[in-house]
Amino acid sequence: MPDPSNDQPILPPEEHGRLAKAVMRRQAALSLRVAVIFLLLLIGLPLFNLYGASIANTRIFGMSATWLFLGILFFPITWLLSAYFVRESDRIEGESARWRDEISAYVQANTEEDAQ
Amino acid sequence: MIIPLLFVLLMIGATIGLGIYATRMAKSASDFFVAGRSVNVFWNASAISGEYLSAASFMGVAGLIMKNGYDALWYPVGYATGYLLLLLFIAGPLRRFGAYTIPDFAEGRFDSKIFRRIAVIFVLFIGFFYTMPQMKAAGITLGSIMNWPYYVGILVVGLVIVFNVALGGMKGITFVQAFQYWAKMFAICVPIFVLWSVYGGYGENLDKMASKPKEFPTMTQAQEVTFTPATAVSASVLAPTKILFPAGAEIGKISPARKSEPGEDPMPLEAVVQHSHEMTYSALGVPGKRVRAEALHLDPGTELTINPYVVTKQGQPVMKDGKPVKTAPKLEFLGDTQGMFAAGTVAPNAPNNQKWGEPFGPLTSKYEHPLLYTYSLILALVCGTAGLPHILVRFYTNPDGRSAKRTALWVMILIGMFYMFTPVWGTLGRQFLPSVYASITDLAVIKLPLSLENKTLGQILSGITSAGAFAAFMSTFSGLLVSMSGALAHDIYGKMIRPHATEKERLSAFKIAAIVFGAIAMGLGLLIQSFDIAMLVGWAFAIAAASYFPLLLLGSWWRGLTKHGAAVGMLTGGTLSLLAIVASMLIDKKILAWTVSPITKTLMEQPAIWGVPLALITMYIVSKLTAQHIPPDVDMKMLRLHAPEEMGISKDYIEH
Repeated sequence: MPDPSNDQPILPPEEHGRLAKAVMRRQAALSLRVAVIFLLLLIGLPLFNLYGASIANTRIFGMSATWLFLGILFFPITWLLSAYFVRESDRIEGESARWRDEISAYVQANTEEDAQ
Repeated sequence: MIIPLLFVLLMIGATIGLGIYATRMAKSASDFFVAGRSVNVFWNASAISGEYLSAASFMGVAGLIMKNGYDALWYPVGYATGYLLLLLFIAGPLRRFGAYTIPDFAEGRFDSKIFRRIAVIFVLFIGFFYTMPQMKAAGITLGSIMNWPYYVGILVVGLVIVFNVALGGMKGITFVQAFQYWAKMFAICVPIFVLWSVYGGYGENLDKMASKPKEFPTMTQAQEVTFTPATAVSASVLAPTKILFPAGAEIGKISPARKSEPGEDPMPLEAVVQHSHEMTYSALGVPGKRVRAEALHLDPGTELTINPYVVTKQGQPVMKDGKPVKTAPKLEFLGDTQGMFAAGTVAPNAPNNQKWGEPFGPLTSKYEHPLLYTYSLILALVCGTAGLPHILVRFYTNPDGRSAKRTALWVMILIGMFYMFTPVWGTLGRQFLPSVYASITDLAVIKLPLSLENKTLGQILSGITSAGAFAAFMSTFSGLLVSMSGALAHDIYGKMIRPHATEKERLSAFKIAAIVFGAIAMGLGLLIQSFDIAMLVGWAFAIAAASYFPLLLLGSWWRGLTKHGAAVGMLTGGTLSLLAIVASMLIDKKILAWTVSPITKTLMEQPAIWGVPLALITMYIVSKLTAQHIPPDVDMKMLRLHAPEEMGISKDYIEH
């Protein structure tokens, strides 16, 4: 069994690419999902201000709806997005950590095959 | 004013004291450069927030909102939520890769020493751009509360921080910056609650303005002001503006605020500007300033009455939409000048309530393409945040990629809470201290409390905001100084000049670098007195957005990126953005006599919308052309960036 504290790669180099792709794909899917929501807000609000000016300037608690959104609500919305991302990202990492054992088993099996 | 000075001195004393205390615990080189990676998430997030909330955040954002209204809300939003992109794409991988600095990342990812050099140059470049506004803000704040010369504030902040950084490095400042975050949070929110209780609430004041869309802020009482050469004063077109000059004045130029069109009659100066004392034209300017052919000299005690007038063409009024076009004179002062507005004066330079409170106001509409301007501004702020080297270096102080992500989340919460208060300052400042429009709106946070009836309370609150402002200059400058000195000691000295230098030699190099860079930063600070704080920070953001952000994004996520692609893309995006901004500024200052279309001017002043994609596309194309240079172990590098620590693949770039 490879020693976890050892820096030696636990896989034969030809497998690095596949593993890297697999790990990155899941992280990237999550990051992109959250980023799309964020970018839609950033791109959408100026358009809404332009084409929905009458709604954007409706007054709520004395301020216009768009001021309330950009000056106050935008911050907690990004906190929720980040909290969601951190939670999901932890979950994905927990799962990929489990791959380690599978990889070790795979390496061992291959080594045994070679020995035979 | 002695009370605000006491508060500032208290803040400076606490900074030195805490710095010495924290330094006692800093031992090794890794303590110096990255605080031993031992800082927990909450304190690290406080320290990053403390470092991030600079002069531009503490004073500049409130000032910009006061000046430009709704459009300027994008500044706090961009500054705070840019961290989301950092969190989604950069924070985790960067920490996992295990390098001290961005140049480490550049070299480690591409196995290229030359790339390290390019990256170091960018660290220093962005660093100096970012230190200059801190220095300027220190100078004007101390100048405003004590009437001391501009250089005093710069010397104070510069010397204190060079001392702290040279003494304790990163560990010495981490604790201090965490403390400074909470000091700033206190300073931005407690005084505003008091002002709120006296002047009425946030929504209430916004509502009051919205109900009178065509009105302008008006001074309810006589208000003192210090005019500066950097801010031209455009008098109101609604009513006469009365200004008393107790110590006289030297006015370089009086011209119409509205740009004249060909064929229009010249401004009837004598009819428009009435004066209590004789005005004399002198051929000389003020010593040390640019000499003007004609300067207007006003004797002490002169009162000017500046009247709006109807623009004429061959004696006939110029009409627009069936109404005669009105304008008023614009005054440009040659030196700092004391003035006193009479009660009832309509604030100069202020947009009307509707333009101020609704989207696409004076900031984004000035070149007639408000939507384009807005998007480019958003992109610069959001991507720039994710590419600032002094913030990124902070993510290495986390023990692992997972806590780096948690730290980014906490930073967003801490700075978001802070930024929510800045528009309240802008709103109340517009209503209750409109005289600041004629001077430096950045000073609203310092001066607004002084408008209270209760003068002692006003001075105490202004003391609190002044101390908060000093916390901002000092924490940001210390972070920048650490990343710049670190780049020199670690990346240039330790990696290039003497790769076998001992730990002790590297520490001395760091300390010497801190002193040298500190001196340079102070010198630059003295040179930029007439520049806008937010403008200088904008430059740093635009460069970071078009250089480091694409490098980190593609470097972490695209295995096909080559060193050639990355370097060419970064240099192209960064330098072209910088050139565009500088050229735009030179046109504004009339040093460059180019005529550019409004759309070109928008794209020059806010280059992110083309700069960021340009850098990304250049990186892509050049990498495709040089694909044979993809490092052979690129898959291993991608695993180091992305595989969770538990997989046993990550390894620190630097061995301990």
